[in-house]
Amino acid sequence: MAAREVTLQEKKELAAAEERTEAGKFYSPYTDIYETSDAVIVTMEVPGVEKSAIDIRLEKNVLTVTGNIDSRKYEGLEPIYSEYNVGNFVRSFTLSTKINSEGIEANVADGVLTVRLPKAAEAVARRIEIH
Amino acid sequence: MVIRMRDPFATLLAVQRAMDNATRNDWFGTRTSGGGTFPPISAFRRGEDFTIVAELPGVKKEDLEIEVKGNTVRIHGKKTIEYDANASVHRRERGEGQFDRTLTLPAQVDAARVTAEYRDGVLAVNLPRAESDKPRSVAIN
Repeated sequence: MAAREVTLQEKKELAAAEERTEAGKFYSPYTDIYETSDAVIVTMEVPGVEKSAIDIRLEKNVLTVTGNIDSRKYEGLEPIYSEYNVGNFVRSFTLSTKINSEGIEANVADGVLTVRLPKAAEAVARRIEIH
Repeated sequence: MVIRMRDPFATLLAVQRAMDNATRNDWFGTRTSGGGTFPPISAFRRGEDFTIVAELPGVKKEDLEIEVKGNTVRIHGKKTIEYDANASVHRRERGEGQFDRTLTLPAQVDAARVTAEYRDGVLAVNLPRAESDKPRSVAIN
């Protein structure tokens, strides 16, 4: 009896496994990530999000940022022309270098969130002197 | 060996494009809207008056200018991103540069009573409709 051939199975991409309890759209904010000698800096554009509505978490090297919009500001306004949608923001990043979670700083200005993640001491590259 | 020639029309096209961009600045209100696509603008109505909301994250208040004339409103300025000269970039998605957009509204606006608020990267401009633009009722004898 001929043996059955093994067929190749494509890997499936994981779609978001959980839904959120809040209704509403979630958008991915535009983000710049850059690294200096002692920190990783993440800047995200979250227009319309107030300081109190931002949530930043670092769990197991995954940084998750959530920003909520206050839709009450649009009450009583009747849209007649629109080029963008209004919604909450969420984005996660896996950080490659070890971060010193005690020293994480964040600030918001003009709708841009800047998170400064200082690298843990052992992750800072050491220069080797040549004698 | 392949020698790549520089496009001989590149300079001419660049000059023409610059001229086009200058004429597309709609300050004189000849067309519906001018300039590029940033910032995204939404227009709302509250009764008789209009409210324009634009998303400009990262633009500082001093880099932003708003002008109103007749039935057009112009928002222009520049968006700059600064970071360390010796930083290593992992990801770059945010854009920067100059922007200049003009919106033509369906009614004349009272320029003296226009107010603007800029908070958290969102600009809201309140444009009350001009009294001269409102229709007047006529009494019938």
